[in-house]
Amino acid sequence: MLGRTANSLFWMFRYLERAENTARLLEAALRMALTRDVVTAEAEWRSVIATLGLSRAYEALHESYDGLQVWNFVLRGPSNPGNVRHMFGAVRSNARMARINISSDVWEAVNDNWMKIDALLARPVGQMAVGEALGAIRRAGTQVHGAFDGSMLRDEGYHFARAGTFIERADSTARILDMKYFLLLPSLSYVGSSLDTGQWEQVLRSVAGARVYSWLNAGQIEARGIVEFLVLDDRFPRSLAFCRNMLREKLAALARMHGIEGRAAALMGDADARIRHLAVDQIFEAGLHEFLVDFLACNAAIAHAIAEDYRFHG
Amino acid sequence: MSAGGSNFDEMFGGGGQARPAYDEYCRWYNEQPGEFLRRKNREADDSFRRTGITFNVYGEDAAEERLIPFDMVPRIITAGEWRKVSRGIEQRVRALNSFLYDLYHRQEIVRAGRLPERLLRKNDSWLANMVGFTPPGGIYTHIVGIDLVRTGPEEFFVLEDNARTPSGVSYMLENRETMMGMFPDLFSQIAVESVSNYPRRLARSLAACVPPAFTGGKPTVAVLTPGIYNSAYFEHAFLADQMGAELVEGSDLRVVGGRVQMRTTLGYKPIDVLYRRVDDDYLDPLTFNSDSALGVPGIMDVYRSGGITIANAPGTGVADDKAIYSFMPEIVEFYTGEKPLLPNVQTWRCADKDSLAYVLDNLAELVVKEVHGSGGYGMLIGPTSSKREIAAFREKLMARPSNYIAQPTLALSTCPIYTAKGLAPRHVDLRPFVLVSPEGIDITPGGLTRVALKKGSLVVNSSQGGGTKDTWVLKD
Repeated sequence: MLGRTANSLFWMFRYLERAENTARLLEAALRMALTRDVVTAEAEWRSVIATLGLSRAYEALHESYDGLQVWNFVLRGPSNPGNVRHMFGAVRSNARMARINISSDVWEAVNDNWMKIDALLARPVGQMAVGEALGAIRRAGTQVHGAFDGSMLRDEGYHFARAGTFIERADSTARILDMKYFLLLPSLSYVGSSLDTGQWEQVLRSVAGARVYSWLNAGQIEARGIVEFLVLDDRFPRSLAFCRNMLREKLAALARMHGIEGRAAALMGDADARIRHLAVDQIFEAGLHEFLVDFLACNAAIAHAIAEDYRFHG
Repeated sequence: MSAGGSNFDEMFGGGGQARPAYDEYCRWYNEQPGEFLRRKNREADDSFRRTGITFNVYGEDAAEERLIPFDMVPRIITAGEWRKVSRGIEQRVRALNSFLYDLYHRQEIVRAGRLPERLLRKNDSWLANMVGFTPPGGIYTHIVGIDLVRTGPEEFFVLEDNARTPSGVSYMLENRETMMGMFPDLFSQIAVESVSNYPRRLARSLAACVPPAFTGGKPTVAVLTPGIYNSAYFEHAFLADQMGAELVEGSDLRVVGGRVQMRTTLGYKPIDVLYRRVDDDYLDPLTFNSDSALGVPGIMDVYRSGGITIANAPGTGVADDKAIYSFMPEIVEFYTGEKPLLPNVQTWRCADKDSLAYVLDNLAELVVKEVHGSGGYGMLIGPTSSKREIAAFREKLMARPSNYIAQPTLALSTCPIYTAKGLAPRHVDLRPFVLVSPEGIDITPGGLTRVALKKGSLVVNSSQGGGTKDTWVLKD
């Protein structure tokens, strides 16, 4: 496969994942804002923008954090080059570039959803329309993943695409967790005293884990349990451990197919060594924030090494 | 000039009775409820949009993708008509390849005084570094599109030869797929020649022309595209996909060890045959346009030393020139020793003083084209132009007469399209696709029918609002 095509597949799935995660984050914030007072709501929207790393761009344009403004900025803001409409455009143009390496089912799922989403985001998204738009973005992910798993040959292209999915997903989960932890820090005691269960519930919602978590923990919302769930529980498909396991699998498959263990595989080994046998208490002792920063850096380094190992750019 | 009246209608001839080719189709059509046809017509557009069969329009936003309008009424040709047409095409394509070989070798046709030497010297597509070089397999034009127009039951003319990089074949294939999806019953009632193995035949044709450096095994074939913003990107991806070839861009390629190689995830890998959809000018920045980022620096040296096959061969555009076109009857006779089976449209070369005088006197009745033009740009259609437009064109023509040729305005045949008010005649042309390999000449039955959707219009180019139809050649 061409290095450029591998790059397209990798980024097609990174952008797809990013669009979906952004929609989930907005959905969770929307729900939170509806159930809280104005002050909390504003803080909530502020944290959405901060989680997405858009604070500077947003504040250059707006003085306050108001839901309507925030979701329009994130979904379609012309001064926000990383808006969801652009992300989906990037999903599609990467799919077009890799057109001969994806099945027609995948192409049609991408193209259909792009047409739908592009139309939904063509004009400002009002209070009544935002739910529909966010739902459509989330479903686009589901449909493309379904078509992909159901119709693609398990060759290198499949593994590059999936490596993109899990790199991006791990990145997203780690950022959401880091941001919430930072905001909750003053009031936080992980042994479970005065924490805001609503805020923690919202973290779970942002990663589609609220239902599963409360089923596993009989409704007990507490920081330790949630961190353990989102970092270490390798059964939950958006946890860091799960993403790492999948990424390791993909890298091993790629190494097998190409007959070479690259730099990405070596970095993966290092990263594994650091979290192997790690217990949640140790994470808190050393500092969750420090742990997450280190995780994000490893994740980015692995992504970079994949691009080099497999000649994405020459 | 308008549809109807003196124009030959391929469905109804002169009267209200369907001609034999359309007999069964018309019977089927008349049995369909109006609502069914209306619904199918709407569905066609959706299906093209979903599959992403789009093209970008020149001069507009790079991101703008449009659909080429599709008309669901097929254009039908009988087996007998097709036999005649395809014999003429084969003869012409054979002559074109011999002509190109001769031009870049001994130029016997010039020596024999049958073609003026200045036509070559003044031809922008002439490539001096092809002189004395014979492409692998001796093939210059692996893929040719011959544009035909019809004026009567037996009258087919060649309007243009596309020996450079003819496009549109993906529409021929997708139009058929769409029609079969929309009207399966129609295809079970009427026996139509299949077109679907074109990509397989193309792949075989290309693989039959491996370069001397080919080391055995399965030849590596790649399609070279300018990228996703090119107007024909869909077609490039489509053909690569259907052939099982790689789809490459200039940035993927590099000359390594005397071969053109593509950057794969495992390192550089040599390409044997490159089906390029990039013009000569952009192919090699070391040889041609040094600004080009679309090509491969050094590919021409590799080509000349036998390291790669380029299809179509560089320099074939010489034959697309409209001044050369006007000599095609002589060219066909010179190389085949036969009279041309398919006539040219009468052509006045404005470089010629007497012809120029005639053209200037009759501008309002003629079609005047640039010799290197394509895509329907830069031409004058006398009968549909205003006095002012004609006067402006007259200036351009007089300033540089050798840049133009003129032709009579043909009474182009019509074929009905589906409209909200029922069937309505519109002008059509036909581009059959021809594959040339050392094993012979292979013509796909039918081709791409382009149709001017505006009533009375003679311009069928997709860049100017033309549409397409599925083209059927009936089985005997």
